[in-house]
Amino acid sequence: MQKLTKDDVHPKIVQALLGADVHITIDDALENEMILNMGPQHPATHGVLRLLLRLDGETVIACVPELGYLHRGYEKMAENMSYMEFIPHTDRLDYISPPANNVAYALAVEKLAGITAPPRAQYIRMLLAELARMCSHLVAIGALAMDVGALTVFLWGLREREKIMDFFDVICGARFTTSYTRIGGVASDVTSDTMKNIIAFVDQFEEKFDEMERLLNGNRIFIERLEGVGVISKEDAIDLGFTGPNIRASGVEFDLRRATPYLFYNEMDFKIPVYTEGDCLARYFVRSDELRESVKIIRQVIDKIPNGEVMLNSPKKVLPRKTEIYTKMEELIHDFMIVNFGINPPVGEVYHAVENPKGELGFYIVSKGEGHPWKMKIRSPSFANLQAIPHLVKGHMISDVVAIVGSIDPIMGEADK
Amino acid sequence: MKELLKEKLSGHFPNIQFEFIEQFDELTLKFDKSALITVCEFLKEEDGLKFNFCEDITAIDWATRINRFTLVYHIFSLENKFRLCVKVEVDETECSVETVSSIWKAANWAEREVFDMYGITFVNHPDLRRMYMPEEFEHHPLRKEYPLMGIPGAVPLPKK
Amino acid sequence: MGLESKLINDGFFTTTVDALAAWARESSVWPMPMGISCCAIEMMASGDPKYDISRFGSEVMRFTPRQCDLMIVAGTVTYKMAHVVKKIFDQMPEPKWVIAMGACTSTGGMYRSYNVVQGIDQFLPVDVYAAGCPPRPENLLNALMQIQDKVGKTRVKDFPDPPQISHESLQVDLSPSKN
Repeated sequence: MQKLTKDDVHPKIVQALLGADVHITIDDALENEMILNMGPQHPATHGVLRLLLRLDGETVIACVPELGYLHRGYEKMAENMSYMEFIPHTDRLDYISPPANNVAYALAVEKLAGITAPPRAQYIRMLLAELARMCSHLVAIGALAMDVGALTVFLWGLREREKIMDFFDVICGARFTTSYTRIGGVASDVTSDTMKNIIAFVDQFEEKFDEMERLLNGNRIFIERLEGVGVISKEDAIDLGFTGPNIRASGVEFDLRRATPYLFYNEMDFKIPVYTEGDCLARYFVRSDELRESVKIIRQVIDKIPNGEVMLNSPKKVLPRKTEIYTKMEELIHDFMIVNFGINPPVGEVYHAVENPKGELGFYIVSKGEGHPWKMKIRSPSFANLQAIPHLVKGHMISDVVAIVGSIDPIMGEADK
Repeated sequence: MKELLKEKLSGHFPNIQFEFIEQFDELTLKFDKSALITVCEFLKEEDGLKFNFCEDITAIDWATRINRFTLVYHIFSLENKFRLCVKVEVDETECSVETVSSIWKAANWAEREVFDMYGITFVNHPDLRRMYMPEEFEHHPLRKEYPLMGIPGAVPLPKK
Repeated sequence: MGLESKLINDGFFTTTVDALAAWARESSVWPMPMGISCCAIEMMASGDPKYDISRFGSEVMRFTPRQCDLMIVAGTVTYKMAHVVKKIFDQMPEPKWVIAMGACTSTGGMYRSYNVVQGIDQFLPVDVYAAGCPPRPENLLNALMQIQDKVGKTRVKDFPDPPQISHESLQVDLSPSKN
């Protein structure tokens, strides 16, 4: 068997794989190279991600990812529906933490329309965003542990996550794809009973998470599989567009909650965990530290939340209350106009980015003054994070590819839009 | 920061016409596409500016203007915590622009996505393939003339 | 299959063995999770300690199609992904069943766009549709119970005969290769 050359194989993606820069030399190499398809259906690719690997024995020489297996056409659909109608679609972007996406979208549209939600609504949004961050990191840590072989942690993480989903059920009405925020506030209020239950949950969560960490942090197999694997330096991380826990594990202290503060994060007291090694283990530690910081933020939010309205009283831009629609004439007309013709923000464009659990989620909305956007672009963190995979897996074994993809934590729903 | 930016740019590039737009606390910079690489390199390397983080690249299809597309680059400076939006206009007949992936590696996939969705080619791009749609697909979905429901038969389905 | 085809007389013995086999089949349906997007997370949640799919016999969710008899298609199927789903479905051995989980697989769901297949029954034979966006884990368990009812009623004579393969196509060329 000879080496495959570019002329033997036709499809462009395989040509890109064969033409990729190869600077790995292996002593005592076999003469055969193999192209392995780690296809869209795979237990460990975190969704429908296709990786084409060029292998020499078990060492990866080059890798080309292929996306598009979940491309649902969000941006085209957004051009044909009003701002309110798009809210359920934002749930399905990063589908492990739907409330966080809702918050990001509502903030972007409110910036465009020039309105601000009332303070109580903003605190509730912060509460939901932090609960969603906990959900996402529990799944991320569990999936990473499951990929390297520790199955128990995944089930314990899901057990805690079910308790958080019960809170979503009570507050938002749906346990998973919540569609809770509205333009101008949130859909319904949070009662003080719920907040007491959240505090009770958070109190017992810290011990449970300690148990989970005890299984992993001292485990020799876990550490040996992740230490030194998939190292990315600080300059490369910035250049490749990493955001979120991935870049904070490479020594860059960049968190959008501190850099460009939104909601009331500048009044909350929390640390930003930063590690300098840049390998898979550092990314795991960043996520587990962020879980504890989220717990702190939730306690402060529930402590400081003011009383008040949860929807803004701005008739042309915000839906009125249901009770008033049924009894008063003007509110009925406003409701009709907003639902049928949209909120008609001013002409212009806005880019608003938010710190999602996976990284920086940004919405770029161009408006021509009509009820539906002229263009919407979703800057998804997983798309930018996946770009680094060819760089990270060079020289590692196939089983390290699984650990690297797990530690980057991509979600194909937002990477493919 | 905005004043510093305006000063440095007009000082360093006296021949290029810059247009600054400020809206919703964001700054947008518009200029001709032939100067794209030089200005972007300056923005990345110059002390005091240091826009080392390329967040996103996208395009807007106006469908009825003379310059049909506008390419939009969102770049961010980690030191100064400042975000800048850079715009260049691209005409439909001459649908190509120099690539910035030699300046910011993060631009690689973003430009591939713009090529897939809008059909704008990037000169000197290391690997210009389609991003989301299959390789044999012939249309560019986000152009305004492409229907939302697609063209039946454009991508084949397996048989039952 | 050979012995059973000789005993197809529907006597007392064969129908009892048949019913026993069908009961064994329905009590241990091993699903193959074709987890594509959000419904996959609810499918994972139906395997977690609160909703526990393994008490219904679906103890393991094997990701290899060769060992499963139920394919749960969970998530939006795009045109690009449809070929992959069909390939995996073809790799599953008979008898096999399909649950279309969620609105996206049943009819295309909330995505009326150029890249989403408006219902997987355009290229797959679906047995049970589970409605919801995403369906709650209890809903998925209900769909699983309906599949179990369907499986419990099958008898050997319902399964199609395997395709006849001509023996010439199985000949292997053992002459020394030219390379």
